[in-house]
Amino acid sequence: MELLPTIWFIAIGLLWIGYLLLEGFDLGVGMHMLVSGRTEGQRRVMLNTIGPVWDGNEVWLLTAGAATFAAFPFWYASLFSTLYIPLVLVLLGLIFRAVGIEYRGKGNSQRWLTFWTWAIGLGSFVTAFGIGAALALTTTGLPLDENGNRVGGPFVWLTPYAVLGGLAVIGFCLVHAAVFLGLKTDGSVRERSRGFVVRVAPFALLPIVVWVLAIQFTSGTIVTWAIVVVAVLAVVFGYVNARRGREGLAFIGIAAFLFAGCASIFAAVYPVVLPSTIDHAFDLTISNAASGDYTLTVMTWVTAFGLPLVLLYQGYTYWVFRKRLTETHLPEPHPVEPAVVR
Amino acid sequence: MLEPTAEKGTTVDPLEIARWQFGITTVYHFWMVPLTLGLGPVVAIFQTLWVRTGNPQYLRMTKFWGKLYLINFIMGVATGIVQEFQFGMAWSEYSRFVGDVFGAPLAMEGLLAFFFESTFLGLWIFGWDRLPKKLHLAALWIGVAGSIVSAFFIIVANSWMQHPVGVELVDGRPVLVDIFAVLTNNTALTAYSHTIFGALGVGAAFLIGIGWYHLWQRRKDGIDTVDASGRVVVGENLAVPGRDRADHGVWIKSLRIGAVVAILGFGGVALTGDLQAKLMFDQQPMKMAAAEAACQDGTSFSILAIGDVGAKDCSQVVGVLEVPGLLSFLAHGDFTTDIKGVNTLVPEYQAKYGTTTADGTTVNYVPVMAVTYWGFRLMIGFGALAAFAAVVALWLTRKGTVPRSKWIMRLALLGILAPFAANSAGWIFTEMGRQPFVVAPNPNPSGVDGVFMFTASAVSSTATAGELLFSLISLTLVYGALMVVEVTLLVKFVRGGIAGVMPPEDTPADDDTDVLAFAY
Ligand code: HDD
Ligand code: HEM
Ligand code: HEM
Repeated sequence: MELLPTIWFIAIGLLWIGYLLLEGFDLGVGMHMLVSGRTEGQRRVMLNTIGPVWDGNEVWLLTAGAATFAAFPFWYASLFSTLYIPLVLVLLGLIFRAVGIEYRGKGNSQRWLTFWTWAIGLGSFVTAFGIGAALALTTTGLPLDENGNRVGGPFVWLTPYAVLGGLAVIGFCLVHAAVFLGLKTDGSVRERSRGFVVRVAPFALLPIVVWVLAIQFTSGTIVTWAIVVVAVLAVVFGYVNARRGREGLAFIGIAAFLFAGCASIFAAVYPVVLPSTIDHAFDLTISNAASGDYTLTVMTWVTAFGLPLVLLYQGYTYWVFRKRLTETHLPEPHPVEPAVVR
Repeated sequence: MLEPTAEKGTTVDPLEIARWQFGITTVYHFWMVPLTLGLGPVVAIFQTLWVRTGNPQYLRMTKFWGKLYLINFIMGVATGIVQEFQFGMAWSEYSRFVGDVFGAPLAMEGLLAFFFESTFLGLWIFGWDRLPKKLHLAALWIGVAGSIVSAFFIIVANSWMQHPVGVELVDGRPVLVDIFAVLTNNTALTAYSHTIFGALGVGAAFLIGIGWYHLWQRRKDGIDTVDASGRVVVGENLAVPGRDRADHGVWIKSLRIGAVVAILGFGGVALTGDLQAKLMFDQQPMKMAAAEAACQDGTSFSILAIGDVGAKDCSQVVGVLEVPGLLSFLAHGDFTTDIKGVNTLVPEYQAKYGTTTADGTTVNYVPVMAVTYWGFRLMIGFGALAAFAAVVALWLTRKGTVPRSKWIMRLALLGILAPFAANSAGWIFTEMGRQPFVVAPNPNPSGVDGVFMFTASAVSSTATAGELLFSLISLTLVYGALMVVEVTLLVKFVRGGIAGVMPPEDTPADDDTDVLAFAY
């Protein structure tokens, strides 16, 4: 076993889990602005629940990407160039979403608000789909030749697995965000979110369950099956508590479900980071895709110093903004008029 | 314009599209970035002054410039993500080649800079009236520091491409052996300080132009007047929101602070630019020759050359205005050492790095001289123009307001663009001057020689023209549209002045601190 590449495999797995856990509800809240937000007040409450934290959460994606580049350049290069089209869509989604979140409240006209609501909502859908497809394909494989280059055209990635992964992340985000909104708001948004979880969660979580099981049936071991059992227990725990209105426990349940579910997948595919569907001799693994030991050592020190710090101050942010939001506290719109004598 | 690999027959060459895309997205990203870098510290200083003095004028300045800062900041974030992904998507061969070295600074940027920046700015935006004053101020400073640190790491990455250090070649691939050499690369340290000073210039021109506009508007509306002896009489018009006496102070202070920062920034840029030029003679002699459109060896700095400076054989360049000895001075600090011209350098490069790339295409070692020559001069020219304008602004406003002339006001607003243009020109010069290399070798033995990569070999071998066109077109269109939106919003908030960013006085502050603040 190679120690440093293994550490980095785990680190990148954790970065992706962190990303899905945190930006999962950001993306889901964005979708809910279209799905379950009915009034302007509800939509604003939703948006402000993620207001102080969404940008910090998005950095988990940047860091997961950059860490993959640093630790496994061959994985980064093959995955990103093969998935060119879906990643362009992710980028467009992220651009519209980011700009929408910041700009939506800076205008008052109905057209302005509606446009940015759709930009945030659709941007979130497209991003979740693309990320899900990319993650699913990195676990189930892509047609790569001996140099790690794609065999086939720009759309070879468009397989049932890609669709499954996309739907899995969309479904997860919707449920995760509904649980989150239940925890962070009061009034009508809280009610609607709880209703959403109770009614929709069993269906929305199906694709992610199928994905986890598909991986287990092809490359599962005793250990990974044990993790799957934990995941199932966690999601049942979360669901039962959501029904009872215990929002905090429900959130813990769904977070644990995500953690265990992803862990079971990563553990099952280890040590392959990107399988080739053409020939397993061409698989990218932690040994043939990794950077040198020196680079990995440097990165390990940087991460050992940086990541705990990040967890500390991001945790602090959630603590500062821990209170619930309601529509009764919405400030009046404050139109901006030119400061000239009329 | 993107020349070196032109002869490829009828089909569109993916390389060309990838290069256009990289150029467009990066130059665009670098319109938001220097404004963020330049305005951030200024806003933080204003808020510090407010916390220390309690003077509400500084609070207004913080809120107003802070609002513009955030409108711009988010566009930097949105376009930065594209940059991060692009290496793997369109330049996968490059990513494989440099991954061992290049990924590390990018990952450090994420862990040690972007996390700080985004988290603490979130605290700042939503923390007004929720966090203790000093903590709230600290959040802004940490966020701003995050930006400044992030610029360092990305410049480290870019400078390694200009001047590879800290690596060994193993099986033809650079392998990192000394991270400190990479982090303290002399190219990076000079380029970093140069870029930060250049960014201060951008932020400063913004303060000057907008401050000028509001002072002019107040004079035009008859609020402020100048009496017969030339003394400024500050007035107020309480019928118009925000146009009180203190409003005048906000703009004049912003303007004059801006002018001082601008002079500082441009002074710094000239000093560090000189250092960069010296390194460039040493590390990338071809880039410097191209910057001068210098075919023959010589000592003169060209101020103006006519004819086709882009002509490959240099046969049509006619120097019109030259300063003898200045080029030698820039490079070596004396007036007589000859600087090698293109005609001398090409055979040297061919002897060292071959005449063809791996796939047999002939290499042209001369960058597009029209771009490097004019890029260099536009950078310096626009910078000098803005520096001059800042001095004039300081002089004209010495009594406390601006002249009534509408034309000068328009010039001040237009002047906002000059440092942006200087920055873009500087980057286009740096990056195009490095061609045909994406990782430039060091012909003089100051770094690790032999580590180099041609741009033509860096592009993803699987990327099709269709894919690249799809992203090039969609990103360009979206960027264009968002530019319109950003500028419209900026203009709206600029016109709104102080009243647009301060909460109306009569709504009682929400003292129910048990709930979250709404900022969106
Ligand atoms: C406001 C912006 C601005 C201004 C006024 C200047 N520059 Fe600059 N310059 C930049 C903004 C910039 C830049 C955009 O920030 C660059 C691009 C890459 C870099 O490191 O900085 C740059 C690059 C750059 C380079 C290329 C470095 C390389 O390729 O390795 C040199 C030699 C100079 N500059 C020199 C100067 C000199 C001698 C100046 C004037 C006296 C000057 N610059 C003014
Ligand atoms: C923000 C400032 C930057 C600007 C404005 C800029 C601009 C450009 C431009 C205009 C090109 C196209 C040159 C050509 O095709 O001839 C280019 C190429 C390139 N730049 Fe930069 N660049 C910047 C910073 C960086 C940084 C920080 C990196 C790496 C970390 C980088 C990496 C590259 C690469 C990989 C190319 C390859 C494409 C090519 O050479 O055609 N650039 N850049
Ligand atoms: C081609 C190379 C570049 C890449 C890959 C890149 C990457 C990024 C990314 C991913 C972000 C968004 C971070 C967030 O979400 O908070 C960003 C923003 C930023 N970048 Fe770049 N960048 C590049 C060029 C540059 C250069 C040359 C500089 C500075 C000299 C710079 C300075 C910044 C700063 C200060 C920010 C944060 C402020 C803002 O968003 O406007 N970047 N960049």
